[in-house]
Amino acid sequence: MSLNTPDTQVCLWTLGYDNPASLATYTANGGYEALKKILAEKTPAEAIIEQVKISALRGRGGAGFPTGLKWSFMPRTFPGDKYVVCNTDEGEPGTFKDRDIVRFNPHQLIEGMLIAGYTLGAKAGYNYIHGEIFEQYQSWEVALNEARAAGLLGKDILGSGWDFDLHAHHGYGAYICGEETALLESIEGKKGQPRFKPPFPASYGLYGKPTTINNTETLASIPWILRHGGQAFLELGKPNNGGAKIFSISGHVNKPGNYEIPLGTPFPDLLEMAGGVRNGHKLKAVIPGGSSAPVLPAEVMMGLTLDFDAIAKAGSMLGSGAVIVMDETVCMVKALERLSYFYFEESCGQCTPCREGTGWLYRIIQRIEHGQGRPADLDELLRIGNNIGGRTICALGDAAVGPVASFVKHFRKEFEYHIENKRCMVNH
Amino acid sequence: MTMLTAESLALIDQECAKYPAEQRQSAVMAALRIAQTEKGWLAKDTIAYVADYLGMPAIAAYEVATFYNMYELAPVGRHKVTLCTNLPCQLQGADRIGAHLQNKLGIGFGETTPDGRYTLKEGECMGACGHGPLCLHNNHQMHAHLTPESVDKLLDELK
Repeated sequence: MSLNTPDTQVCLWTLGYDNPASLATYTANGGYEALKKILAEKTPAEAIIEQVKISALRGRGGAGFPTGLKWSFMPRTFPGDKYVVCNTDEGEPGTFKDRDIVRFNPHQLIEGMLIAGYTLGAKAGYNYIHGEIFEQYQSWEVALNEARAAGLLGKDILGSGWDFDLHAHHGYGAYICGEETALLESIEGKKGQPRFKPPFPASYGLYGKPTTINNTETLASIPWILRHGGQAFLELGKPNNGGAKIFSISGHVNKPGNYEIPLGTPFPDLLEMAGGVRNGHKLKAVIPGGSSAPVLPAEVMMGLTLDFDAIAKAGSMLGSGAVIVMDETVCMVKALERLSYFYFEESCGQCTPCREGTGWLYRIIQRIEHGQGRPADLDELLRIGNNIGGRTICALGDAAVGPVASFVKHFRKEFEYHIENKRCMVNH
Repeated sequence: MTMLTAESLALIDQECAKYPAEQRQSAVMAALRIAQTEKGWLAKDTIAYVADYLGMPAIAAYEVATFYNMYELAPVGRHKVTLCTNLPCQLQGADRIGAHLQNKLGIGFGETTPDGRYTLKEGECMGACGHGPLCLHNNHQMHAHLTPESVDKLLDELK
């Protein structure tokens, strides 16, 4: 596969250029052509949504919801203000792809948001940027100013008579704001606590107005789809799993990083691109889609292709495409202790099962890790998990339970050894 | 009494301009960040001042300041170093870096050196795991691929 061309890579192709983030690099390689064509030909919104549907683009933030379908929910001809929101609140442990899109190809994201705004009848868009990447918040503002100066944002864009503006909203340290309704609350200047759904954002979103929220990589894929056609995007991947996708691979590999590869690529190929398991160690387990995705043992993972359907069938999820690799030196109890602390720390506190339950999970795993586990603890963890899952407003509760249930399921012996022997069977 | 400098207020005004005129509260997160950058931390009267400037109840701004974990509600050192210790960074050696930082500074996570120069914090995922272990300096500057040697160099540079 040839890398770094706008035809074979969807989002990160600018990496082969000297000034990857500049407007000049983007426009010299077909950038903003899709937008110009739409504005010149006054392409009907239905035709744009149809191409997105054909592409089988599925949400890149974790849920994998079909983007074309989501766009079709928007009451785009409804009078009054409407908004498009980009979710760059990338805080799912293991995920670091959206940061690179903002860093290296911000104009494709801007073009994607413009096309979304045009299609969905929005008057403005906001890009919500993760608190910890302030430098990308600043670089995105630079890109917005470049676009504004070129007449690509603001009033009467490219002389079309259409007005649309884009802004950045900077988070300040709350994982929960990656949940779309918490994100909207946060833009409104409130605590990031998720809203009850329904109503969904398409009918009651930002400031109570119809709003569509998509992930950064999703929106950045839109210009490619309209330039090359939905069918071409679909053919990059596999049926129902269109396109290439950025996989963020971290942990025990020799070359952690982002690899943009077709959906449906076998996992061993990605592992090889990332230089293999570090220093010749043996693969033990993989979390294939960000920390909320159930862990899979090495032997299962090595037989999987990287697409939404294959990974779901194996009992986990593609999620955000964040692949966390663990070798045989990892103590699964210690790894789970850290993840459980994360969900405990990041629960917004709104729903009792999550607020209290994530603390219970963490404290039990912590005592197992520290040699104070009790024989009934594993069943207790699963029982608590069953009382969190499905009983909260948002998915953070389920996300906290996923790792616990899967770690105990696949590596139960390690947990039992910890409880019985009060020490680890991996690191003696 | 003006609680923030004209420069800070000008930055807050820029943030307000991003939102509909009747939605000044949307700028509260940025305004608190700007206030914290000026003052080093957010005292209750600073939060109240920001709230008043945006025309929102002080309690609503206080809720925001206490909800998001990059706001400081008590004084911190001149240089706050927040180390990500989440799983991907842990697998890539964050524990070793954490131990090195604590030994070198003689303080634990959540503590400040007696001379007020450094505060050490443990952070959650910063969204750059491929470059771990990593830390943030004063919330806004990321330092990646940390080694004990690069940590020593960084600490020396932070006067």
